[in-house]
Amino acid sequence: MKPPPFVYHRPASVVAALATLAEAGEDGKVLAGGQSLVPLLNMRLTQPGHLVDINRIRELSYVDAGSDAVRVGALTRHAELARHPGVPALLREATGCVAHPAIRNRGTTVGSIVHADPAAELPAVLALLRGSVTLASAAARPGRARPDQEIVRRSVAAADFFLGPLTSAVRPDELAVEAVFPRPAPRSGTAWLELSRRKGDFALCGTGVLVTLDEDRRVTGATGAYTGVGPVPVLVELTEAVAGRPVDAVDWDRAGTLAAGAVAPEDDIHATAAYRRQLVRVLSARAGAAAARMAVADG
Amino acid sequence: MAEPMHEVALTVNGVPRGAAVPARRLLSDFLRHDLGLTGTHVGCEHGVCGACTVLLDGEPVRSCLLFAVTVDGAEVTTVEGCRSADGGLGPVQQAFQDCHGLQCGFCTPGFITTVTAYLRENPDPDQEQARDAIGGNLCRCTGYQNIVASVLRAAQLQRGGAG
Ligand SMILES: Cc1cc2nc3c(=O)[nH]c(=O)nc-3n(C[C@H](O)[C@H](O)[C@H](O)COP(=O)(O)OP(=O)(O)OC[C@H]3O[C@@H](n4cnc5c(N)ncnc54)[C@H](O)[C@@H]3O)c2cc1C
Ligand code: FES
Ligand code: FES
Repeated sequence: MKPPPFVYHRPASVVAALATLAEAGEDGKVLAGGQSLVPLLNMRLTQPGHLVDINRIRELSYVDAGSDAVRVGALTRHAELARHPGVPALLREATGCVAHPAIRNRGTTVGSIVHADPAAELPAVLALLRGSVTLASAAARPGRARPDQEIVRRSVAAADFFLGPLTSAVRPDELAVEAVFPRPAPRSGTAWLELSRRKGDFALCGTGVLVTLDEDRRVTGATGAYTGVGPVPVLVELTEAVAGRPVDAVDWDRAGTLAAGAVAPEDDIHATAAYRRQLVRVLSARAGAAAARMAVADG
Repeated sequence: MAEPMHEVALTVNGVPRGAAVPARRLLSDFLRHDLGLTGTHVGCEHGVCGACTVLLDGEPVRSCLLFAVTVDGAEVTTVEGCRSADGGLGPVQQAFQDCHGLQCGFCTPGFITTVTAYLRENPDPDQEQARDAIGGNLCRCTGYQNIVASVLRAAQLQRGGAG
């Protein structure tokens, strides 16, 4: 099918985009890579009156790989992030599991997070690393002479950002300008594993694990993040199953069992709840062991 | 009320082309209907089948998931642009013919563009990598064995081997 008509806006700056979004209100939608939005438009599952195309806002195309965190601008494509040399392994691995190269050449990291598909990789990675999203809006208050000159920013932690399937904390007048992925602490390791029916499909279950060791190579913390087993990315604290043991003596199957008991997946046409629970068990154990190996190598 | 029109100018297969279209015109339809380049095929219109894949500034993208107006000013290569300099079959096209990599040919334009871009960065893939390279393209008739063979053959032709 073909998309419904809409009024098209192509602002060249964040300020201009925010002014347009403020004016359009509930009737406006941001167009980033379009790899989720255009299918919805083509199927006429959504019918926004105004599309605000951010593809010309060059100031939003950046990866800032700092020592404390990696900051990803809203126009950075999946493929650009995966190619960037300063990006932590978890982000690169998970991004490499998103769809196919042709989709990754266009889709954006931030767009994927805002879209908040519970089966998507990047929201789970953001949750696991306790990251945040920076949202901007026009500070249009009555009486201000030039309301478009003022930008208000707020930072929303991943824990508060994902509200439900395809629902995030972004208001209609807001533009997500940046995702912030904190770097894991020293002596940490991470791994991302997933299972999909065909390569490039959304995974039945994706699993990220973050493991942290102390100076004596004992496990001090382990957390799992899961896609496809809840309405939002699901975090499970795995520490009690593995903490205090020397890293070589950890039985990661215990973490898998703990995780499988903590998630509440549902049946759907792709897999039963029981099968998804089994994936959580197996992928947690494997990803935990892989993350632990990386943590050892890290220090 | 008539829909507002937008002037879109692209360089398609090296030639400057343009048309005035509504904002909702998909790049796939822009190429086919407005420019008459019907080599690009449209299967699913939601990014899954890969038939509509074209090269945008050299990189493969789904033309059914882009509005023409968004990519105004860009360079686009379609299957028509994958021919050789003398106007005959390009190496990837030749390989698909040599290896029976197509039957009805509906999916083929998407494979040709995808493989063309892939081989530029990976000139010597093995069997497994070749399979991986076409993972985002669906074919309903040929079966993938011959298509994988076509990818390997194309790599060989591009490296100058007659084999
Ligand atoms: C065949 C296919 C397979 C896919 N497989 C996967 C997969 O396995 N894993 C996966 O994670 N994803 C997958 N995707 C989705 C892909 O990752 C998208 O790129 C991503 O979900 C959305 O990013 P986008 O830039 O394309 O956003 P768009 O499609 O442009 O926008 C998506 C939504 O977010 C809003 N939005 C986008 N950016 C902003 C912003 N900066 N501020 C405010 N709102 C914004 C839009 O208004 C819209 O509602 C797949 C897509 C396709 C077509
Ligand atoms: S028509 Fe574009 S991917 Fe199927
Ligand atoms: S040759 Fe018919 S769909 Fe591929």
